[in-house]
Amino acid sequence: MTRSPVEGLLRELAPQVLGTLVRRHGSFEDCEDAVQEAVLAAAVQWPAEGVPAHPRGWLTTVASRRLVDQVRSDRARRDRESAASADVVPDEIPDTDDTLVLLFLCCHPALTEGSRIALTLRAVGGLTTAEIARAFLVPESTMAVRISRAKRLIKEAGGKFSVPEPAERLPAVLHVLYLIFNEGYTAVDRTDLAREAIRLTRAVHAQLPADGEVTGLLALMLLTHARRAARTTPAGDLVPLDEQDRTLWDHALIDEGMTLVKAALAGPALGPYLVQASIAATHSDAATAGETDWAQVHALYLILERIAPNPMVTLNRAIALAEIRGPEAGLALLTTLDADNRLARHHRLLSVRAHLLEKAGDGAAAHDHYRRAAKATASLAEQRYLLARAARCAPACRPSAAT
Amino acid sequence: MKFVIGMHINPAVLEALTEQEQAAIGEGHGALLAELKESGELIMTQALADPSQSAVVSVRDGRTVVTDGPFVEAKEYLGGFYLVDCENRERALAIAAKVPDAAIPGLAVEVRQVMFYDGALEA
Repeated sequence: MTRSPVEGLLRELAPQVLGTLVRRHGSFEDCEDAVQEAVLAAAVQWPAEGVPAHPRGWLTTVASRRLVDQVRSDRARRDRESAASADVVPDEIPDTDDTLVLLFLCCHPALTEGSRIALTLRAVGGLTTAEIARAFLVPESTMAVRISRAKRLIKEAGGKFSVPEPAERLPAVLHVLYLIFNEGYTAVDRTDLAREAIRLTRAVHAQLPADGEVTGLLALMLLTHARRAARTTPAGDLVPLDEQDRTLWDHALIDEGMTLVKAALAGPALGPYLVQASIAATHSDAATAGETDWAQVHALYLILERIAPNPMVTLNRAIALAEIRGPEAGLALLTTLDADNRLARHHRLLSVRAHLLEKAGDGAAAHDHYRRAAKATASLAEQRYLLARAARCAPACRPSAAT
Repeated sequence: MKFVIGMHINPAVLEALTEQEQAAIGEGHGALLAELKESGELIMTQALADPSQSAVVSVRDGRTVVTDGPFVEAKEYLGGFYLVDCENRERALAIAAKVPDAAIPGLAVEVRQVMFYDGALEA
């Protein structure tokens, strides 16, 4: 999905205008509504009448009027199209970048993750409610309610537009950006959330270039995004990493991601995002799947297991272990996960076990596990992939049926 | 994550309820509906007409055959559903527990995750 120049400009300017307004008038809740209205007005007017000479000033002026309207009466939507024309103040380049302050506010602990994501995309990402609703496949009215409620909860919790200690809420902000990226991972014809997540993470990185986790997250996104063209077939079927056409990878993104990883690894701290980026970088380094340095991948998963223990990490380590010590070693590691309630019903455990059983030559068991994994997933693309894998090991399972 | 929270009704159980109990069901749904609208989790809800009114349609050799339903002879039928978009499975289960039917012996509420979604989003 391509983004028009006007859309790109609006997304860039919206948080700047919001920051200016909040500093001038105080109420984040009202200012955010006003900026959204100004963005909607611009989205209608600019493509038709041309981008004004001072786009930031235009938005600030229109949003300020909306704010006054709102304060004066509740009929803020009145005169939407007639507002902007004369006495637009010239662009004042803000001397501070408000991206971080806004992100911290949108990722307020009073909100659920879903609400943090929605509010972040609107207030910092400059997306319209309709675009966010489309990205998450919910009605616009549902999304509008969710965003208003999020802002009310922040207000009630005493959330303020001020500079909090970055160290304190930074992990929550990074997690929200990570979730936005993941949401956009496979979506092709929806609002491009992966690209928005990268754009926002770049903005955070520009503010905190020395933070290893910010750098790590940006690198992880870039290295993952680089494989986008190879990850699905034109029909929308998933292509696993070892079968991807690596010439389709975006090497400019990979180079950028690798440079970031190297720079961050020279720093003092080693956090989970940086380790994940290093794993992605190890895969990117291999010209073919066969050349993958699995010993390094395994070592990195061991580190990740230690600094951020999680059954999913162990699951991934089992795949790496199977590559260096054989499928039986991987399967043995998987048995340590069987007692974990978080994973017991999860399709990933079933599909990884299926994959290792297939490698071990146990076609019948692999077939059975692929089919169970297919039942357990809620993703259609993944289900198609797992059923295809199941079918591939079916002959081994029923030798009499094979000719 | 999207879930359908389906109400499996048993007409015999419903008929055996007192008027007060039936009114309480209505109020319970009203309260839940208000909560889900306020939280931004509701996509839609629909209640279905009595299963005795359903028709079963099948096409055989290009010919459409319509017979009186329901298709499955059972004591319980799908009476309606909530379609919600919520944080996770735990929250969906918590919403289901607030459906008044869940508290009535003989009725059940079933939570199913949505796998494919299309259609008018501004319904």
